[in-house]
Amino acid sequence: MARFRTWVSIAVAGALGASLAGCSSTGGKRAEDARKAASAQGGGAVSTPRWTVAMITHSGDGDTFWDIVQNGAQQAADKDNIKFLYSHDDEGQQQAQLVDAAVDKGVDGIVVTLAKPDAMKSAVARAVKAGIPVITVNSGSEKSKEFGALTHVGQDETIAGEAVGEELNERGRKTALCVLHEQGNVGHEQRCAGVRKTFDGTVRNIYVEGTDMSAVQSSIGAKLQADSSVDAVVTLGAPYAATAVKAKEDAGSKAEIDTFDLNAKVAASLKDGTLGFAVDQQPYLQGYEAVDLLWLYRYNADTLGGGRPVLTGPQIITKDQAAELESYADRGTR
Amino acid sequence: MTATIPTPPVSPTPPTGSTADDRLLRTSPLRRLLGRPELGSVVGALAVFLFFALIADGFVRAAGLATVLYAASTIGIMAVPVALLMIGGEFDLSAGVMVTSSALISSMFSYQMTANVWVGVGVSLLVTLAIGFFNGFMLTRTELPSFIITLGTFLMLTGMNLGFTKLISGTVSTKTIADMEGFASAKVLFASVLTVGGVDFKVTILWWIGLVALASWILLRTRVGNWIFAVGGGKEAARAVGVPVAATKIGLYMGVSFAAWIAGQHLLFSFDAVQSGEGVGKELTYIIAAVIGGCLITGGYGSAIGSAVGALIFGMTDKGIVFAEWNPDWFKFFLGAMLLLATLLNAWVRKRAEATA
Repeated sequence: MARFRTWVSIAVAGALGASLAGCSSTGGKRAEDARKAASAQGGGAVSTPRWTVAMITHSGDGDTFWDIVQNGAQQAADKDNIKFLYSHDDEGQQQAQLVDAAVDKGVDGIVVTLAKPDAMKSAVARAVKAGIPVITVNSGSEKSKEFGALTHVGQDETIAGEAVGEELNERGRKTALCVLHEQGNVGHEQRCAGVRKTFDGTVRNIYVEGTDMSAVQSSIGAKLQADSSVDAVVTLGAPYAATAVKAKEDAGSKAEIDTFDLNAKVAASLKDGTLGFAVDQQPYLQGYEAVDLLWLYRYNADTLGGGRPVLTGPQIITKDQAAELESYADRGTR
Repeated sequence: MTATIPTPPVSPTPPTGSTADDRLLRTSPLRRLLGRPELGSVVGALAVFLFFALIADGFVRAAGLATVLYAASTIGIMAVPVALLMIGGEFDLSAGVMVTSSALISSMFSYQMTANVWVGVGVSLLVTLAIGFFNGFMLTRTELPSFIITLGTFLMLTGMNLGFTKLISGTVSTKTIADMEGFASAKVLFASVLTVGGVDFKVTILWWIGLVALASWILLRTRVGNWIFAVGGGKEAARAVGVPVAATKIGLYMGVSFAAWIAGQHLLFSFDAVQSGEGVGKELTYIIAAVIGGCLITGGYGSAIGSAVGALIFGMTDKGIVFAEWNPDWFKFFLGAMLLLATLLNAWVRKRAEATA
């Protein structure tokens, strides 16, 4: 045991020594700090009491998209002097229980996603009955009003898919591959169906194991090898775009890679031309608006949308806009 | 065509527990071959290969096979030490997320310290080995079942992957390190592409073959290999004849974490940013590959080559379905059915072999 401790201390000391000696003169945190260059952060700007808003989403663990939504919501909460609570679960039943918990806590407003509307129905009804204003975001626009929410903030997935189909037509594509990384996700099916609706060529769906990037890469690669007529690949999430690019290189395919949603890497790839276009639904805006609308409702009984969903997308982003968005994506807000 | 199926080397000493009479008999090479744990899986692999070769267009083309081999290698690299661990009578449920942890550690250490990427890779190796040591140490000290110990590690690592990444990077995926010094050379080692005769093969295939060879040599040619079979066959009996049980089990867990480090670095250098929520559920894939390859859930029986064949079956099925262009709605169903059939065939061949042996 003592000998083992000696080894550990030697190893740790060696690692620290090596890390001091082995610096990288490019990239990394130092470059990021240099980029940040004093962008001052403002504090709360209102004099309303400290309300509490709970946001409950159907996000899985470690999802980039929901991280951006949360950043937007947090920013609005800081500005509106609101205490912001965030929780999430990708199982409908658990998500409903989280809403119940927020109602039990007696929060002043609830932001919720309705990806599984049937599971959420009674929990949302309970919140409305308790007099808590509810705003739905991202998914469930068709159920939002029925459940008694004030407003829905999000993107209509079918409309977004249709926008992609039209963009593919403009680019003269013939065969598109729609890559679904979550089997059984209704929103994903709607996106691919939307593409199919407006796209003049053929659309083929492929399901991949979203939690395993290597498997995603080899599945898309296999599909591209099996079907050489594919000239456009549409991924439904930003992290999968880069993987699709790798798969395309492996397969020696000429297909153009396009994607739903943005992240830093997608913005950079749009800029250097490895990706064709991205269709963005502005997740930051979804989080920000939802919290801000709750504040407006409590402060001034304002509602937005006149009973219709407030759309945050689709916004087609190409090479031209990518340069401007890259720095925003880097800081986790686009 | 059959070159993709590794043929099992004939070992002079069958590792199965045999009676005194058997040891004095001079067995024929064919007999010995029939007694190998991976024989059933080789037959299963051939069946799966033929099946997809017949119905899936593009499956038997060189580029298609390279894709299948890559898919198999990402599973196989982890299936080798997991098979050894199962022969030693233990489970590791933390193997899947450990791969992600390892990738996150290198990436974030390099980025935050603005250090050469190789420094992060080294630190990641040390930390990942420490996780493996923790698993083995807890197991041997507490005497709790490995299922419980590694389930705890699995949950803790899953949480730490998310928590630390968010704490350090401010987002749920790491920032890219592709523009840092040392990235290019590390990429050559962990995620390069070798072009042989116009076909691109991923370097992970070489890592996989290397690990299988090393593990086979340890199992069949060294004293440590005998210890692994002994602790899996019967811990108390092994201890009674002087086998260092605790050290063997800790070593096996560290073997898993070493392979997790290799797989994690591949993940990092092929995608240069890592999503922190990945890897959950992969541990079952590795265990399935080992079981298809002839490892018994109860321990004491199995082989490294078998785990490779199991990973190959997994890779062929997974990608064969894509090549066959079947309706994707049924994808999971076919995958489950193919795996079940392969394992049944495997068990049936083993039974026949034992009956004639």
